Amino acid sequence: MTSCHNAVSLHEARKVAIFGGTHGNEMSGVTLVNLWTNNEAEIQRTGLTTKPFITNPRAVEKCTRYIDTDLNRAFTSENLSAPRSDDLPYEVRRAQEINQMFGPKGSPEAYDVIFDLHNTTSNMGCTLILESSKDPFILQMVNYIKRAIAPASCSLLLYDHPLLQYATSRSVAKHPIGLEVGPQPQGVLRSNIFESMRVIVKHGLDFIELFNGGMEFPPCTIDVHRVSESMDYPRDTNGNIIAMIHPDLQDCDWEPLNPGDPMFQTFDGRTIFYEGSTVYPTFINEAAYYEKQQAFVMTKRETLVANGIKASKI
Amino acid sequence: MEVVCLPALSRVAVCGGTHGNELSGVYLVRERLKKKEEVETISVVTVMSNPRAVQLCRRYSETDLNRCFTTATLSSPISDKTPYEIVRAQELNTLLGPKGSDEAMDLICDLHNTTANMGLCLITYSDRDWICLHIYKYLQKEMPSVPIRYIHFDISISEAYSLESVGKHGFAIEIGPQPHGVVRADIFNMMKDGVRLMLDWIQHFNSGIQFEGGVVDVYTMVKNIDYPRDPETRSITAAIHPQLQDRDFCLLHTGDPLFLTFSGETETYKGEEPLYPFFVNECAYYEKGIALSLARRKRVEIPSIQVKRD
Repeated sequence: MTSCHNAVSLHEARKVAIFGGTHGNEMSGVTLVNLWTNNEAEIQRTGLTTKPFITNPRAVEKCTRYIDTDLNRAFTSENLSAPRSDDLPYEVRRAQEINQMFGPKGSPEAYDVIFDLHNTTSNMGCTLILESSKDPFILQMVNYIKRAIAPASCSLLLYDHPLLQYATSRSVAKHPIGLEVGPQPQGVLRSNIFESMRVIVKHGLDFIELFNGGMEFPPCTIDVHRVSESMDYPRDTNGNIIAMIHPDLQDCDWEPLNPGDPMFQTFDGRTIFYEGSTVYPTFINEAAYYEKQQAFVMTKRETLVANGIKASKI
Repeated sequence: MEVVCLPALSRVAVCGGTHGNELSGVYLVRERLKKKEEVETISVVTVMSNPRAVQLCRRYSETDLNRCFTTATLSSPISDKTPYEIVRAQELNTLLGPKGSDEAMDLICDLHNTTANMGLCLITYSDRDWICLHIYKYLQKEMPSVPIRYIHFDISISEAYSLESVGKHGFAIEIGPQPHGVVRADIFNMMKDGVRLMLDWIQHFNSGIQFEGGVVDVYTMVKNIDYPRDPETRSITAAIHPQLQDRDFCLLHTGDPLFLTFSGETETYKGEEPLYPFFVNECAYYEKGIALSLARRKRVEIPSIQVKRD
């Protein structure tokens, strides 16, 4: 066991939130947050407060991803600092409210940790989404969660890319973490997907409790997939898609895509092949990404090193 | 059984996008409209049923188009408050009907997807429409690697509420599982093959080939089961049980698991008669109060058929 001098001293994480319904039709998070709002027993831990919260109630009510604009892209500094106005899109106003309640983003008052619960139509299994490669608290948390759920597996997706990184609802917290579990159709609640997400949140909260209680977590390495770029569908001059994810690529999230591998299939059966260096695609055929011009997202594998951490008592 | 002679099917409609987020049909209709292929002996019209819903990539814009084709709704007066889909249903009835009349399309095939694991299903209102049943038999033979079933809703034509009831013969092709808003190549290709084979069969039939009868399985809808709900809020309190999820058409016996509540209890099937579940966990049915539907299965003897020569 490594000695204490390597451990980074961090503040205890006392204010924790669990966001569901950031996309109103991603049902695991909506259901879990509603459940925990009515009965907090399962999410209570010593040494921290945990607030379950529906971020986009109007979208949840209509069982749709968003009303005016994607809430999970709305937390830009431009939006958050815009003067309040009823003319702003619903989600921009909502982002400002959430920033008030759980932020302000970047300030000392901001919540320590936000778990943001999502589902995907892609076959990604359980995935934890990181926004930084340099936050030892989050790196240690995901390491803890991975070990806790073994032999079940959990992929780690790192969005640390200036163009592809996006202004998420969880980004108002000091330590944001996205939970993405699939495959699940929008608007549908699958029992196994729901229970998987529930277990991950449980372990995440356990980690925080242990950390706050003084447990030291030694340095560790974690394998992540770092997002490199995205690939759109082939489209015609009107912007309509003219090919589908190829059957050999469909459902193969996290598996290597090599140059010369089938990538798309046109509606009349012709194959379009991938050309480029080997990548590990994910978010393959996510329903909500058709309009974002993303047929899949390409990642490269990387090993991150995390410092040991220990809670400081000051 | 004697050979039954039936009139040729000279006017056929292929419809997609009746629900705007069921994308196999949307893309298949778009491709067919682009390609403008002609088929001998049949005049095939390809229709995007609900263009507004397709544009929005939603099931419907104001009300479910595929519940608007009852005789009553088709003849209801229109005002500027009438929901878009009711107006559209009446337009489609003019284009493809009128329902119940001699001018109606000989056959309407309406393309759908479901989030339920149903394979390919033909859904229709009759269990003795020999045209529909022969097409079913033909698809089973020509697509042996695909689970193909025939679902019958025992409703009179005037009460029949869906688009295909406008034609003299009609069925929906329902293929799943596919999330709404997604097009999967395997599901798309299955639908494309199904439509092609249907049109092939119609051509063969019209040209005089006799199709031999036989016995086929038909599933007749018996009842729906809703989710357990909170009595005050009406929110669901359980999900389809993992042992039922994706097990459409696996016989359900008394005592078999139906739901797993959020507090971990299993709720079981209490019916006395074993029945076949389908539309298990269909996204669009949460708001209709349907967690799953149940059917009885029976064998139906179908006669040989041949086109009627004038």
